[in-house]
Amino acid sequence: MRFELTPRTNASVGMRVLASVAAFITAFLIAGLVIWIMGRSPVAAFDVYVLQPLSDPWAIQELIVKATPMALIAIGLSYCFRANLWNIGAEGQYVIGAVLGSWLALKTHGTDAGFWVLPAMLLLGIVGGALYGLIPAFLKTRFGVNEILTSLMLVYVAQLVLDYLVRGPWRDPKGFNFPQSVTFDPAATLPPVFEAGRVHYGAVFAVIAVLVTAVVLGRTLFGYRLKLTGDAPRAARFAGFSSRATTMAVFAISGGLAGLAGISEVAGQIGQLQPSISPGYGFTAITVAFLGRLNPIGILIASLVVALTFIGGESAQILLKLPLDLTQAFQGILLMCVLAADALVSYRIRLTTRGGGK
Amino acid sequence: MTTFEAILLTIVTASTPLLIAAMGELVTERSGVLNLGVEGMMAMGAACSFAAAVTFDSTLLGVAAGMLAGTLMAALFALLVLGFAANQTGSGLALTIFGLGLSGLIGAPFVGARRDPVAPVDIPVLSDIPMIGRLFFEQDLFVYASIVLTVLVGLYLTRTRSGLTLRSIGENHTSANALGLPVRRVRFFAILFGGACAGLAGAYLALVYTRFWSPGMTAGRGWIALALVVFAAWRPGWALVGAYIFGAATVLQLHAQAAQFGVPSQLLSAVPYLATILALLLLSIRHGRAIGAPGSLGAPFVPDR
Repeated sequence: MRFELTPRTNASVGMRVLASVAAFITAFLIAGLVIWIMGRSPVAAFDVYVLQPLSDPWAIQELIVKATPMALIAIGLSYCFRANLWNIGAEGQYVIGAVLGSWLALKTHGTDAGFWVLPAMLLLGIVGGALYGLIPAFLKTRFGVNEILTSLMLVYVAQLVLDYLVRGPWRDPKGFNFPQSVTFDPAATLPPVFEAGRVHYGAVFAVIAVLVTAVVLGRTLFGYRLKLTGDAPRAARFAGFSSRATTMAVFAISGGLAGLAGISEVAGQIGQLQPSISPGYGFTAITVAFLGRLNPIGILIASLVVALTFIGGESAQILLKLPLDLTQAFQGILLMCVLAADALVSYRIRLTTRGGGK
Repeated sequence: MTTFEAILLTIVTASTPLLIAAMGELVTERSGVLNLGVEGMMAMGAACSFAAAVTFDSTLLGVAAGMLAGTLMAALFALLVLGFAANQTGSGLALTIFGLGLSGLIGAPFVGARRDPVAPVDIPVLSDIPMIGRLFFEQDLFVYASIVLTVLVGLYLTRTRSGLTLRSIGENHTSANALGLPVRRVRFFAILFGGACAGLAGAYLALVYTRFWSPGMTAGRGWIALALVVFAAWRPGWALVGAYIFGAATVLQLHAQAAQFGVPSQLLSAVPYLATILALLLLSIRHGRAIGAPGSLGAPFVPDR
């Protein structure tokens, strides 16, 4: 038995969308099978995971809240992945952005510092994430160090930095020894978009990032340059595009957006620093970016879809006693299905049973 | 046993899983396939080996289950990158995410259980040599196996026809295919070998190193094994050296934490990760870009028709 692949020359947009949808359905069927093997009802799980969140207005707000950081990070990653550069340390850039932005919130805590605090925090968040993202980019362009490994190692370092700060110098002295900072002042809190709602302004930033990215990737020289660097690096060099400059630029952009996601989450959703400020948004965003086919609008939709698995996972844990790890396993299956579906778009695949193995 | 001896013994224990996992990945990468799923395969190896060992009260069955789990995970990866010619970087990441999640599901019923220590194998006479005797000749079977594995992989890659075929496929799969070498078949087995090794490394972590299961217990060791392969310039001997340096760094930072030098424990915990970055950096400064990397590493292979 062997697979035969023939490259397709014309793959339509419709086919690409269809491939994402097919990947999603396949992932659901596999997950259903896993749940069935575990001795639970896949139908009940589907109800809790998908139908209940979508039929509850409160849950739909929650969906947007969860989708916000993933959309922001995945949009940034799409710049890297288009240029065939592998920033897999977005989780770390998210944490460092949150830390640097929160530094100002804690510094101005209890003072009557005015309206400037919040914009400055967001700016610091972007700067922190971008600088942290530039470390692997610099090591790659200057010394040729593999960016996959360095960016990933820096995630662990960032998490330890946060852990140190909230257990050490930044711990709330009146917090009964809990490892967390003071609660941010109103001036340092990202307000909700609608009164009495849970959706904060981070969601607006995500939509802005989507629109700007759609223009940049589709209508500017920079967007073309990324595509060329990723698809035909030799041609990009002949065209005079510096691969070093491209690398630095995309890591700064993706790091900055991850940092913005981090500080928005802390200032808009959590309200203080804790040892853990992300259920793995930085890693899940990789799945989101691919599920959205590295297209800004696609990523926006994909982030909402994947947010559903987080919310569904939480309620499934409570209602069906299904462990939270199932969500992560599902996200892994989903990414595999998306990548396999990619191949179905790029190649015609035939399974032949006879003939020698190649 | 002196404290010094005890520290040296724990360094061996900490280095062995890194060495085993790195050896598997080294063979996979030499065939031209980059599998970033080591962390996930290792986590699955740890969870399945522990579950089997507790259920059947047998270390041997545990090890077998761990290796089988790693191999099955690798087969899934092979289906994606060989069958569908999918992007290797993305597929490896997906495998890691999937493996970390699924291992949590499998291990959940076994949180809190403990296994007895695996008895060391005492090589008579030699283990009585002062200082180095116990260190080298009174270890568990895995430690000896990891050294034998390193030697065998080294011999296989340089001294056998099959090893040369594997390397030539890794260097240039288009030429190898034109010569009629079975590119995908060789890669399939190289990937499976990598998975079995990662599974064994996970089994060692769960059954010998910690002797319990906790989610995320691999703690980046799969990624460090990946870095070791680069650090070793894809040569087995250097992977052994690298694994022991990293093992030593891990153990010494733990002892430093216990000694309380007034340095934040988080800083010391970050040492293995920072050391990895530093090692990769120094290597690149010395040798320039990616020395020794197989030519076709990471490129999907689609046979021309």
